[in-house]
Amino acid sequence: MPNFLYIFRGGAMGRLSPQELQQQMQKWAAWVQQLRQDGHFKAGDPLEGGGKVVRGKKKAVTDGPYAEAKDLVGGYLLVEARDLEHATELSRGCPGLEVEGTVEIRPIASMSV
Amino acid sequence: MTPELDFRRESARMLAALARVLGLHNLALAEDVVQDVLCRALQAWKYAGPPRDASAWLVRAAQNRAIDLIRRERTRREFAPDLELRSEYALAPTVSALFRENEIEDDLLRMMFSVCAPNLPEPAQLALVLKLLCGFGKREIAAALLSSEAAVEKLLARGTQTLAKPGGLYEVAGREQIGRRLEAVQHALYLLFSEGYHGSARPVQAGLCAEALRLCGLLAQHPACATPRTLALLSLMCFHAARLAGRAAEDGSLVLLEEQDRSRWDGALIRRGFELLDRSASGEELSEYHLEAAIASCHCAAPSVERTDWARIVELYDLLLRLRPSPVVALNRAIAIGEARGAGEGLAALDALRQEPKLAASPFHPAAEGRLFLKRGRAGEAARSFAEASRRARNPAEAKLFASLRDKARGG
Repeated sequence: MPNFLYIFRGGAMGRLSPQELQQQMQKWAAWVQQLRQDGHFKAGDPLEGGGKVVRGKKKAVTDGPYAEAKDLVGGYLLVEARDLEHATELSRGCPGLEVEGTVEIRPIASMSV
Repeated sequence: MTPELDFRRESARMLAALARVLGLHNLALAEDVVQDVLCRALQAWKYAGPPRDASAWLVRAAQNRAIDLIRRERTRREFAPDLELRSEYALAPTVSALFRENEIEDDLLRMMFSVCAPNLPEPAQLALVLKLLCGFGKREIAAALLSSEAAVEKLLARGTQTLAKPGGLYEVAGREQIGRRLEAVQHALYLLFSEGYHGSARPVQAGLCAEALRLCGLLAQHPACATPRTLALLSLMCFHAARLAGRAAEDGSLVLLEEQDRSRWDGALIRRGFELLDRSASGEELSEYHLEAAIASCHCAAPSVERTDWARIVELYDLLLRLRPSPVVALNRAIAIGEARGAGEGLAALDALRQEPKLAASPFHPAAEGRLFLKRGRAGEAARSFAEASRRARNPAEAKLFASLRDKARGG
């Protein structure tokens, strides 16, 4: 079965109350657990905020990325699904969608024909 | 066993410790730190769930943030003026000492005393208690207090501004210092509990009662705050909380006292209530909390409405009325008279309150009347009274209850 990368962006966490944050955490854990149980989960982790960016031939290093909060990647998952449509369907369960987050679904490139 | 992780409780604990270290004038900054720590926790734990020592992790994260912040800003900003934070040697040990478990509990008390300041109106105190000591968000406070989010925001903004003026948290030490503010703290907790127990927003908000009970428990653990009044207040909360499970049916509708399944009342809480009531009798003082706890204890001790010591309850209401005259107390006394001395006397007592302006909107006056009319076989008048009660209901659950009593009176 083909693999897909989920890229999670955004999410209005700063405006959530402690209880809402806890609910988000519980929903995420339940969702990821479900993907595991159903055999879709291959790999993945949430990401910390900061980091470094290396650019160009000179390999210049800057702190970052300082994207807008809604564009900042907050985590990724590698999932196995029948096809892009199936992977898209599975992504609808992502709790981040409830708090203004987005999921980008990208097929892992393969040469199989 | 470790208690279940609760972000609300953790946020209140972190905030209290941070406010102690950063100073109450930096409350907004402390709130930012808490939000940031919780967001990072969510991020770190969302795939696999929180670790076993999540609570300790949060406290440590807040502590480290505080140290970083002070190190970065101490030349520009004033933090807690009474702490030695300027020297690099003292900084980390000073701050980490203040993030120890028992220190945090004291900080929660300090925060409670700070919030119940005489220059803050009661609604602001309640909103601030919910926000700072219970970790509620704006939306949750608005829902709990039947207010709009915008109104709550305004209340909190003004309240926080008022709080931010003096230097540090209220120091909970010294009998005189404590005594000056303790009554206001007790009153705020009483209001918080009442809002949960029979507030206007929803018939029963067990969560608010649990918060009031928890905070009052903290007060009762502090040697100088555990006065007879505090113990009586906690006793009262235990007796009422014990009966919460019986008061609301599964579907959220209200259940009348005579129809409650008393086996569902919480025996452990009732025992704790009695134990606290005993301990509260150690002093000279007989406060309104003593009397209200004693009244609640009569209900908890009784096997049924009929076998309740109503004569004693009337006596206690008489005392309460002398101590704190209020139309609501008078109404409850009239209801007790109806049980103790018969429907005729009860109706007379209710009739005497008919012109009371503060009861003009209360659904409970006509409801009590309806009940006594029924006892005397005056079904038509009873139906009219219940109809009036239903019109005055403060929430759908009350309206439904009174309307069903009206229909029953009509039918029978």
